[in-house]
Amino acid sequence: MLAILWKDLLIELRTKETFVSLLLLGLLILVVLTFAFDPTSPLRAAAAPGALWVALIFAGTLAMNRSLLREREHDCLDGLLLAPLDRGTIFLAKTAANFLFMVAAQVVLLPLFVLFFNLPMVATIATQTPALLLGLLGFAAIGTLFAAVSLRTRAREVMLPLLMLPLAAPLFIAGIQASTQLLAGQPFAAVAHWLRLMGAFDVVFLVVGWLAFEYVVEE
Amino acid sequence: MPAALEVAHLSKRFGSTLALDDLGWSVERGAAVALFGPNGAGKTTLLRLCATLLRPSAGRIRVLDLDAATEGPAVRRRIAVLGHESWLYPDLSTRENLRFYARLFGLDAPQARADALLERLGLSGWSHRPVRVLSRGLLQRAALARTLLHEPDVLFLDEPFTGLDLDARDLLCEVLREANRRGATVVMSTHDVALGLAVCSSALVLVRGRLAWQGAVSASEAGVFEARYRALMHGGDAVPPRR
Amino acid sequence: MNPTDRLLLPATLAAMLGALYLIFVAVPSDAYQGPVQRIFYVHMAMWLNTFTAFAIVGVASLLYLWRREARWDHFGRAAAELGLLFCSLGLATGSIWAKPIWGTWWTWDPRLTLTLVLWMIYAAYLLLRTLATEPQQGATLAAILGVSGVVDLYLINRAVYWWRGIHPAVIVTREGSSGLNDPLMRVTLIVCMLAFFLLFCWLMRLRLRAARLQDSVDTLRGALAPAAP
Repeated sequence: MLAILWKDLLIELRTKETFVSLLLLGLLILVVLTFAFDPTSPLRAAAAPGALWVALIFAGTLAMNRSLLREREHDCLDGLLLAPLDRGTIFLAKTAANFLFMVAAQVVLLPLFVLFFNLPMVATIATQTPALLLGLLGFAAIGTLFAAVSLRTRAREVMLPLLMLPLAAPLFIAGIQASTQLLAGQPFAAVAHWLRLMGAFDVVFLVVGWLAFEYVVEE
Repeated sequence: MPAALEVAHLSKRFGSTLALDDLGWSVERGAAVALFGPNGAGKTTLLRLCATLLRPSAGRIRVLDLDAATEGPAVRRRIAVLGHESWLYPDLSTRENLRFYARLFGLDAPQARADALLERLGLSGWSHRPVRVLSRGLLQRAALARTLLHEPDVLFLDEPFTGLDLDARDLLCEVLREANRRGATVVMSTHDVALGLAVCSSALVLVRGRLAWQGAVSASEAGVFEARYRALMHGGDAVPPRR
Repeated sequence: MNPTDRLLLPATLAAMLGALYLIFVAVPSDAYQGPVQRIFYVHMAMWLNTFTAFAIVGVASLLYLWRREARWDHFGRAAAELGLLFCSLGLATGSIWAKPIWGTWWTWDPRLTLTLVLWMIYAAYLLLRTLATEPQQGATLAAILGVSGVVDLYLINRAVYWWRGIHPAVIVTREGSSGLNDPLMRVTLIVCMLAFFLLFCWLMRLRLRAARLQDSVDTLRGALAPAAP
């Protein structure tokens, strides 16, 4: 499994295409959302976490499509399927790779977000990170599974967000709520239930993905 | 010694199309079988089923006395498949690709093995370039390297000679014959009767998802065989219509 | 007509007529909400059907992945279609009720939000089947979605309720039971729910039969098709 993960990282280092598109798209969306909010209004600070999550979500959806599409070239997915591995292991490896890419993008986007919305740097990063990590993990799991699903349909680009977003609703709601409250200065204990929900979501979909992946890739 | 491949009552449906119909077949270890049949007869489907890439709709497949359905990983460890596509990542070099596959299969000394194979197939000069720059012939050789890396006991090849020039073709024949001599079982689908029989000593003809003919054929009988093959393709030997 | 249908159709008809009578004639108007409140009976029935359908989709999906028998796939699809229908009607009736009572067509009441997300999952399920490159694959993929949806339901529920729970509810929850003082109202509710449930069962049977016939047609067509060149 580590071999697959390493391979994905290696390709990414070589081409940087996923990371760059994640970054740029995320940045673009963040900027556009900044325009949507009046800079002087106090609403801005309240809406800020929402903006970051939206940016990460949309950019992430794209990245995951790309990651699985890449296996299509030269039918490499078949090569992977011929390995003496459980199909579920392939899922976990891909999810890990996607997760790492998204975290890498977040590392860059978070400071920028802090700048755009005029927030205290260290405090924000410290409080936002746990929720973001939990959210991105769940997102990577559900995204990898349904990206594989949508590869087998005719309208792939549209299919992935369509499938993922309703199911990932608890993740967004929890993430944005937790982020907003933490940003407003509340202690971690106050948002513990949101974080637990996200954790539960992560576990559930890692397991579902691990079990279901073989059904998706075999005919 | 258990058979290399045993197929019983194998059927495969895609939606409402029946690609393979109640197929029964077995291949002895160390044999080399050429799979013939018109397009759409089900050759690729059969190969993919045996390689555990597809799940049968009905029937059983045993490879090297392992059940393909329940012991997938064990089966895959000892077989290799060469298809139309190379299954190599275009952005990595050949060396890196092979190293990846070696690690995927849990082989020891992945680097050494990869290098030895590259040397053998005359790819050393190209091994550091990304795969996307390789020509079709070189790509096929690289794919062949991938196939042989883990020293499989059974080789499944799906029309491997497509698009190869004469040199590449000769190399492939030689490599396959050598593998067969060393004890590997070869199952190869092809349209080229002469090439097929140059490598293999027996043949199977598949028509419309059913086994139309099977038996031993030597290279010298190629002409006779071809005539029979044509007849079968055009429904001469009254193959019953698909259910 | 087979025996179950013989029983089901008149039962459904009778229940529906009974419900209609009760809703429009017998039951008194709610003292507080006025005649509009009558739509509530239908609304609750829609809701019952939606969730029943969702449960069926979940179970059928799991069974299909496990057993790979076509009929579970049929169950899943039939339930999803009917589920989508009743969900849409539920949302619509809810909206119609909300306007005169709360003065707004839509609110982010947790139950509404949940239903909306459910609707999107249904729609995605059906879309997945249509857009799959191969019908058999479509069934498997949809089944995966079905299972994911059901598994996710609890999490969605929690998230949505907590979300609205933090902001004090401006609107009184439409927990109808708080207002059903009159016993006749309760009877009406039960009859109505029963009627629509019977309707759901009957429609399911029709849809399943259609699916089975479609399958037979496809198989025959496949067998009769000329061999590939």
